[in-house]
Amino acid sequence: MPTILKAWLPTLFAALSLLGALPALAQQDAAVIRKGEYLARAGDCIACHTAREGKVFAGGLPMKTPFGTLYTSNITPDPQTGIGTWTSDQFYQMMHKGRFPDGGLVYPAMPFASYTKVTRADSDAIYAYLRSIPPVKQRNREHELRFPFDNRSLILGWRTLFFKEGEYKPDPTKSAEWNRGAYLVEGLGHCGMCHTAINALGGSSESQAFEGGLIPMQNWYAPSLTSNKEAGLGDWTIEEISDYLRKGVSARGAVYGPMAEVVYNSLQYLNDEDTRAMAIYLKSLAQGTSPDKPAPPLPSAESSLLLSLGKQIYDRECASCHGATGLGMPPHYPPLASNQSIQMVSAVNAIRMVLNGGYPPGTAGNPMPYGMPPFAHRMSDDEVAAVVTYIRMSWGNRGAAVSARQANELRAATLN
Amino acid sequence: MAFRRVSIILFALAVCWFAPAQAQTVERAPDTMAARVLACASCHGAEGEGTSDVYFPRLAGKPAGYLYNQLVAFREGRRKYPPMNYLLAYLPDPYLKQMAEYFASLRPPFPPPAIPTVSKDILARGETIAVNGDPERGIPPCASCHAPSFGGMEPAIPGLLGLRAAYISAQLGGWRYGTRTAIAPDCMQIVAGLLTEDDVKAVAAYLSSRPAPTDPSFAARGSLPMPLACGSQPN
Repeated sequence: MPTILKAWLPTLFAALSLLGALPALAQQDAAVIRKGEYLARAGDCIACHTAREGKVFAGGLPMKTPFGTLYTSNITPDPQTGIGTWTSDQFYQMMHKGRFPDGGLVYPAMPFASYTKVTRADSDAIYAYLRSIPPVKQRNREHELRFPFDNRSLILGWRTLFFKEGEYKPDPTKSAEWNRGAYLVEGLGHCGMCHTAINALGGSSESQAFEGGLIPMQNWYAPSLTSNKEAGLGDWTIEEISDYLRKGVSARGAVYGPMAEVVYNSLQYLNDEDTRAMAIYLKSLAQGTSPDKPAPPLPSAESSLLLSLGKQIYDRECASCHGATGLGMPPHYPPLASNQSIQMVSAVNAIRMVLNGGYPPGTAGNPMPYGMPPFAHRMSDDEVAAVVTYIRMSWGNRGAAVSARQANELRAATLN
Repeated sequence: MAFRRVSIILFALAVCWFAPAQAQTVERAPDTMAARVLACASCHGAEGEGTSDVYFPRLAGKPAGYLYNQLVAFREGRRKYPPMNYLLAYLPDPYLKQMAEYFASLRPPFPPPAIPTVSKDILARGETIAVNGDPERGIPPCASCHAPSFGGMEPAIPGLLGLRAAYISAQLGGWRYGTRTAIAPDCMQIVAGLLTEDDVKAVAAYLSSRPAPTDPSFAARGSLPMPLACGSQPN
């Protein structure tokens, strides 16, 4: 017996020393998992990979595209229906190259064209986090795509045009903060998915990065982040941009439409440093494009009629919150005077706010937001056109007049 | 004494410090629930009393648990009405609870009862269903859960008074067609499924013709023996 014990002793010691090392390893793992959870928030994975009232990250959310409906996938660690059998290499290959473990092509509704900029270490942290969540057995639903878009080899063409593989390369001429902001905005944040004009092929054109565009199917206009005439933040302070991103309201305006989702599910969870870094980068995107204020368009007979009707409606329905001169009561009642969002070439968002109203998201920084009432049921197309024309052309605002037809078209816009 | 003098100096300094900031203060939105829920007023009235549009219901004085369940159901799309689904999409549970409690606490006057546009027979049929149900067809009386006064029961069964006939029949229709659903077991889906078009018309006409309640309080939780299990009102 003693000899047997002696023979086993080294093994026993080895096992004991391993046990001693375990807590340290577990701590390290916990830190990586926490980092991964934070990065998954920055990437807003939950918004698409969780269906309404569905299990977290179990997928199944229908995503309507001009080509048909895609159903998002289960990314819980269930081995049969989720990604439980994936290795960290395979996960990185998905994020970085947009390919499934078997080499198959991923539909670019998954923003791998942005996620390709994510570092291997960050991808591994997200992977570790996704391994740590409860597995959910829920089979992925087949996509419902129209011919010829149900042919996955078409993705090859899309990739040739719009996909450039490669991790984010820091710009050595810029500060660390700026580079961190760029990394988050261009990578995990995948802001370009909406804020870059989407062409008929469903791709974001790199030459028009962050220049804005109408979001297909949703009928909201994602404004340009590079032009101060749209949502360019060149003349916003860092604090105003940070408030907007994290609280959902700021002295300059509140988030609405699809951006409310981004703040609700993702941006409100980012820490001070990352929010500030994004603000610094976003502000820099619009530098040097100071608004060349054109002379206000001379009102034609028709638009001066619209303006006088618009003023009557404004004074009756809007002025109590937004002020007789459009100054609002920031941050909760946003200012309309000099609000870029109202003066953009596209009047879609201003019209939709009047028709549908809206609440900014409830966030840690603004848990009880103030809402704007919908007016679709109380105003005719002519009245909507008049009041939107009035706010686009008053108090120094330089927007163009809006027609009743434009207002009418947006009554049918999908609301959710 | 010395301590007091120091405090006075400190206080004076503090006043000087804050004074310029205060001078610059711009007008702020009132810090009230009423201001926060102005978005609701254009359809439901400034105090949740309802508006002239017959499809938009009164909210005031309904049990908070009921209102909260509806807000969550709209946010999650279980109860389908796109303008509501859209408005509530990104509002967290605690805030929806506060909204529900706010409207539950309001007591604006009730509208005058509707003058029935249906025959006496139909009205009587509505009264029978509402008060006694139709035991042969398994239809429970409305009063069995919504209280004999139709004032509702805490925490989550709504009062049925102050609503227009069009709204009541639209909701019963919504349950039958699945655009309105509640937490399972969805008792109202079962009840609505047992009603014919004529039953719905009769009940809606009867309930909307009832005068305002003299005592606007709800029945106490668990005080009425419910004939069906309801997910929204676990007993």
